[in-house]
Amino acid sequence: MSTANLSSIILTLVTFLPLAGGFLLMVFPRRDRDIRIFALVISLLTFVLSLHLPVYFHRGQSDFQYEIDRPWVSTPNIHYHMGVDGISLWLVALTTFLTPLCVLISWKSIHERVKEFFILLLILETALIGVFTSLDLFLFYFFWEATLIPMALLIGIFGHERKVYAAVKFFMYTMIGSVFMLAAILWLYAHTGSFDFVVIRDQIASGAVSGFPAAAQWLFLGFFLAFAVKVPLFPFHTWLPDAHVEAPTAGSVLLAGVLLKMGTYGLLRFNLGLFPEQSRHNAPWVMTLALIGIIYGALVAMVQPNMKKLIAYSSVSHLGFVVLGIFSFTQAGLNGAMFVMLAHGISTGGLFMLAGILHERRHTYEISEFGGLASPMPVYATTYLAVVLASAGLPLLNGFIGEFLVLSGAFQARPVFGILAATGVIWSAVYLLWMYQRVFYGKVTQAVNNSLSDLSGFEKWAVWPCAAAALAMGVAPILWLAAIDPAVQAALMPFLRVAGRVGGQ
Amino acid sequence: MVPLSYYLLLSGFLFGCGVAGFLIKRNIITIFMSIELMLNGVNLSFVAFAAHWHSLAGQVFVFFVMVVAAAESAVGLAIIIAVYRTRETLNVDQVNLLKL
Amino acid sequence: MNPMLNLWLIPILPLAGAAINGFFGKRSSRRAVTTIALLLSGAAFAMALWVTMRFSSLSVPYHENLAHWIRSGSFTVDFAFYLDQLSLVMLLVVSGVGFLIHIYSVGYMWDDPGYYRFFSYLNLFMFFMLTLVLADNYLVMFIGWEGVGLASYLLIGFWFTKDSAAAAGKKAFIVNRIGDFGFLIALFLLIKHFGSLNFDQVFQRVMPLGAEKAGAGLLTAIGILLMVGACGKSAQIPLYIWLPDAMEGPTPVSALIHAATMVTAGVYMVSRSHVIFERAPMALTVVAIIGTLTAFFAATIGVVQTDIKKVLAYSTVSQLGYMFMACGVGAFSAGIFHLMTHAFFKGLLFLAAGSVIHAVGGEQDMRKMGGLRTKIPWTFWTMTAGTLAIAGIPGLAGFFSKDEILWRAYQASWVYWLVGLTTAFVTSFYMFRLWFMTFFGEYRGEAQDHSAHDAHGGHGHGGIHESPRVMVIPLVILAVLSVVGGYVGVPGSLGGNNRFDRFLGPVFHGSAPADTQQAPMGERGATEQENEGPEPKSGVSTELIFTAISVAAALLGLGLAWHLYYRNPHLPEKIAASMSGTYQTLLHKYYVDELYGALFVRPLINGSTRILWQGVDRKIIDAAVNDAGDGARNVSDEVRHMQSGNIRSYAGWVAAGSAVVIAFMIWMWTGAR
Repeated sequence: MSTANLSSIILTLVTFLPLAGGFLLMVFPRRDRDIRIFALVISLLTFVLSLHLPVYFHRGQSDFQYEIDRPWVSTPNIHYHMGVDGISLWLVALTTFLTPLCVLISWKSIHERVKEFFILLLILETALIGVFTSLDLFLFYFFWEATLIPMALLIGIFGHERKVYAAVKFFMYTMIGSVFMLAAILWLYAHTGSFDFVVIRDQIASGAVSGFPAAAQWLFLGFFLAFAVKVPLFPFHTWLPDAHVEAPTAGSVLLAGVLLKMGTYGLLRFNLGLFPEQSRHNAPWVMTLALIGIIYGALVAMVQPNMKKLIAYSSVSHLGFVVLGIFSFTQAGLNGAMFVMLAHGISTGGLFMLAGILHERRHTYEISEFGGLASPMPVYATTYLAVVLASAGLPLLNGFIGEFLVLSGAFQARPVFGILAATGVIWSAVYLLWMYQRVFYGKVTQAVNNSLSDLSGFEKWAVWPCAAAALAMGVAPILWLAAIDPAVQAALMPFLRVAGRVGGQ
Repeated sequence: MVPLSYYLLLSGFLFGCGVAGFLIKRNIITIFMSIELMLNGVNLSFVAFAAHWHSLAGQVFVFFVMVVAAAESAVGLAIIIAVYRTRETLNVDQVNLLKL
Repeated sequence: MNPMLNLWLIPILPLAGAAINGFFGKRSSRRAVTTIALLLSGAAFAMALWVTMRFSSLSVPYHENLAHWIRSGSFTVDFAFYLDQLSLVMLLVVSGVGFLIHIYSVGYMWDDPGYYRFFSYLNLFMFFMLTLVLADNYLVMFIGWEGVGLASYLLIGFWFTKDSAAAAGKKAFIVNRIGDFGFLIALFLLIKHFGSLNFDQVFQRVMPLGAEKAGAGLLTAIGILLMVGACGKSAQIPLYIWLPDAMEGPTPVSALIHAATMVTAGVYMVSRSHVIFERAPMALTVVAIIGTLTAFFAATIGVVQTDIKKVLAYSTVSQLGYMFMACGVGAFSAGIFHLMTHAFFKGLLFLAAGSVIHAVGGEQDMRKMGGLRTKIPWTFWTMTAGTLAIAGIPGLAGFFSKDEILWRAYQASWVYWLVGLTTAFVTSFYMFRLWFMTFFGEYRGEAQDHSAHDAHGGHGHGGIHESPRVMVIPLVILAVLSVVGGYVGVPGSLGGNNRFDRFLGPVFHGSAPADTQQAPMGERGATEQENEGPEPKSGVSTELIFTAISVAAALLGLGLAWHLYYRNPHLPEKIAASMSGTYQTLLHKYYVDELYGALFVRPLINGSTRILWQGVDRKIIDAAVNDAGDGARNVSDEVRHMQSGNIRSYAGWVAAGSAVVIAFMIWMWTGAR
C-alpha cells in the first residue's frame, strides 16, 4: 500500500479504529482476560498506525497534512474534514501513546464490568483523537462533546467514594462551558455559510464576514469559555480536583494527559487562529488568570493531604504555563506551550499511574497513610522520583524544555509576568519534593506498609515508557520541535501583521 | 332585529358560567356540564355572528363544535366511569395521583 | 584547526558508570561496583590530563559541537563543549579531586548496604559537574547546574530513612531553586537582548558596550541576577542555609560536593561571566559585599560549633565568601586560584574529618574527642597540613591564594581588606580550635582505645584505629597538594612570577571596558597583576607589609586557640557563660533558620492552607459552583409544585393562561389598528 494512498485515509483509520474495537468488544463474551488482551491489541495497533503520522510528516510545511475533505451533510453544510499540522500531530501521538499504558495500568485494578470499562476507554480514545484531527467546526464540536460521556461514565461507574458527585460536576461544568462555544459556532455558520475551519479563518482574515467586528469579542469569549473550563483556567478549575480524585487510574491518566490538552489546543487553534485581534486585545487578563493559576495551583497543591488532589492542582499550575505561553504570542512561548502540553501529558500521566499503583495496594491516596516507602518499594520509589523530577523541570527531562521556552517567551512579551511565573520553578520543587519526602523518606510509619510489594510486570510496562519518553523528550526535543516550530510560526503570522498595523499607526 | 350585542352578552354570560363552574365545582359530572355550557355559549356566538355577517361559515362551525362536544362527552363519561370504578369518588380533588 | 579532542567523553564516562552501577549494582559484588566506579571516574581524570598535555598545541578557546538541543525560531542551543584556560583549571580540579574522593569513598562506605547506590550517585554528580565546567553556553551549564543540585539532593539524603537527612536534602534542592530563579531571569534577559546563550556570542555582543556608570541598567540586572543564582549554589548570604544541614550526608559527599566542587560552581559562573560583570560596577560591588559579609558572618558561627563537620561547613561558606570577594573586586583569577587551593585543603580537611569520625566509631562532636594524634597519626599529620593551609600559614597553598585576595581587596577598598583580615584571624582561630580539640589533650569520648592498627577491611567496631590505606592515600595526596599547590601562584612580591595568574591571563585579559582605567603596558612588571582589576596603588614593599599583617593575624588565631584549647581548656566555658547572649546567638547561627521559618515557610504553608485552599478554593469558588447546583435544584423544587396532580389547579392555570393570551391578542389587534 503506497503511502500516498494511505495518506488520505490514515486519519480516519487512526481516529475510528478504537471505536471499531469498542463495537467489537460489545459482542465479546464476558471473558475478562480476553477482553483486556483485545483492548491492549487495539490500542497498540492504533499507536503503531499513528506513528505513520510523524514519520511521513513534511517537517518544513506549516499547513495541514493527511487531509481528507468530503461533504457529509448538505444542509447544514457539514464536511467530513480532517487534517493535522505540527500542533495537532503530537497531540494525536500523545493520545495513542497513553491509551495502551492505560490499558496496562487497569489490568489488575478493574475487576467488575471489565467489558464496559474497556469499551468506554476505546470510545473515549476515538473521541479524543477526533477532537485533534477535525477541521470542521461541527465535527470538532461533535467529538468535543463526545469525550464527555465516556469520561463521565468512567468516573461515575468505576470511580471511588464520591464518584457520582464528581462525574456530574465534571459533566455539567464542561457542558455548560461548551454551550457558549456552540452558540459561537452557529453564529459563524450563519454568517459564513460553512463550518469549515480553514474557510472561516480565511473569511475572517479577509474581512468578508458581515457583522464580525461587533460580534468578535463575544465569539472570542464563547470559544474561550469552553476552553477555559477545560484547561482548566483559574477560576474555572474546581471540577478538576474532584474529578481526578474520584476517577479510576486510567480515567485520571487520560483526563490529565489528554482531555486538558483539548482546552489548550482549542485556545491555540481557534481563539488564536480565528480571532487574532481579539486575542491580542484580551491577552492581559488572560495572562493574569494564567499567572494566578500557576502560583495558586502550586501553593494549593503544596498543602493537599491527598496525593491525587496534589497532582490535580499541579496540573492547574502546569497548564497555567501553557496558557501563559500561548498568549505571549512569541515563538518561544508557543513552542514552549506545545512542549509543556506534551511533557505534562506524559509526566502527569505517569504520576497518576504511580498514585494508582499505591491505591491498588492500600486503597487510599492520603499522604499521611504512607511514609518511608523507599525501603519496601525501592524500584517504585526510583521511578516515582524520575517522574517527579520531570514534572519539576529538571534539565535533560521534558518538563524543563517546555517551561524554559514558555518563561522565555512570556518574559519577552511581558517581563513582569515572566518573572512572576518563573517563581513557579521554586513552588514546583517545594510541593513535589515535600510530597516525595513525606511518602518515601524516613522510617516506615505505618506497619502495614512494610509488606507492600514493589512494581509488578504490568505496572512496570505501564510506567517505564512514561519515564523513558520524558528522558527522550528532554535530551532530544528537536525531534518534536521540528514539526511544531513551523506550525507555530504560521500560527503567529497574523500577530506580526496585527503588530505591524498597530505599530504603523 | 335583536342587536348583536345581546346575543354576545348572553353568549359571554353562558361562557362565564361555564368557566366559573369548571373552576369551582368539585363533582366531575358538574365540571362536564360546565364544559358543555362553555361550548354552547360559543355556539351561540358563532350563530349570532353568522346571522350578522350573513355567512354560513359560522353555522357550519357550530356543527363541528357539536360533533366534537358529543365525541368528547362520550369519551369523557367513559373515563369518569372508569375513574369512579377505581377511585370510588367523583370528587376531582381526590384524583391527584399524578403529582410530583 | 583544532583536532577533535572528544571532550564529550569526559562527562559521559562517569555517566556510564552511574548507569551501570545504578541498574546492575544491586546484584553485583562490591568489587565490581568499585571497579566500574573507579575505572570510569579515573578515565575521566586521565582524559583531563591528556587534554592538559595537548593544551598548549590548541588554539583556544576550543569548541566542540555535538548536536542540536533546542531550536525555536531563531533561538538555538546546542550540546556543545568549550575549553579554555579557565575551564581547564576547573576540569582538572573537579576530575582530580573527584577521583581521589572516589578512592577514599571505597574505604569509607565499604560497610554501607547502599554501596552501589552511593557510587552511582557520585558518578552521576561527576557527569553533571563536568558538564557544568565544560559547557559552551549558559543552558548546557544550567544542565550541570541543576544536575549537581539533584546529585546533591540524592547524596545528602543518602541515608534516607533518617528524617533529618531527607529534610536536609529537600532543603538544599529548594534553596538552590530559589537561586536558580534568579539565574533563569538572567538567562531570559540575555536571550531577549543578546539573542543567544552561547558564551562566545554573548560576550562578543557585550564587549563593545561601555561600563554602566549609573549603577542601573541591563548588565547590572543580569549581573545581580546571576549572583542570586550563585548565592544559591555557592551558599552565600542569604541562601547559605542549606550547606550546614547538608552535613547530614556521608563525609565524602561533604568533601566533594560541598567543599571542593559543586559549591564552587557559582564562583566559576561569575568568573566565566566576567565580561558582563566588568561592565556593571554596581553588580561587582554587590558580589564583593555579599562575599565579604558572608566570609565574616560564617566564620563567627564556626567559632562555637561543636560538630566537627559543621565547623568545616561554615568554614566552606566563609572561604567561598573570600572567592566572591575576589571576583567582586575584579580579581577573578585570584578567586579561581583560591578555589583551587581550597578544593585541596578543604577536601583534605573533610576527608580527614571523615577519617577521624571513622576512627572514633561515628562520633562527630569534638567535645568527645581529644588526644587522637598519637592514635591516628596519618590522619593527624594530613589534617595538620590542611589546617595550616587554610589558616594561611606561610609556605602552604592557602597562604598564597588568600593573601592575593586580601591584597587585591585592599586596592578596591580598605573595608574589604579589614573584614577579610579579621575573618582570616577568626578562621585561623576556629581551625586551630578544631585541631586542638580533636587531636590534643585527653580523649573524652566513649570508643575503646586500641593501640594496634586494624587491618584494612575488618574494622567495624574495633575501637580507635587508623583508617585503611585506601582512605589514607588520598589524604596524603591532598596534603601534598595543600602544601605545594600554591606555588603556581607565588606573587611577584615574594619572588615568584605568579604562573597561575599568567596562565589565566588570556581569559581575563583585555576584557575590561575601554573606559576603565588601565595600567599602561610599560608599567606592568613581574610585580603587578594583569589589567583585570583596579590599578595597583603601591609597590612591592607595601604588599610585603600586608602579607606580614595577614601572617600575624593567622598566628594570632593560632595563639588564641592554643591558649584556650590547649593551655586552659576550662576557659572557653567560662567565657561562653559570661557572654552567654552572644554565645547563644552564635550557637543558634544568628537564628536565621528560625527567622526564615517564621517569615517565609510558616506563613506560606498557613496562608496556602487557610486562605488559598480552604478560603478561596473551597469557600468561594467551589461554593459558588455548588451553590449554583443547589440553586438550580431549589428552583426546580419550587417549580415542581405546579405538577400538583390537582385537576382544578391545572384548569385554573389553563384559564389564566388563555386569558392572558387573549388579552395580548386583543392588545396587539387594537394596537395595530
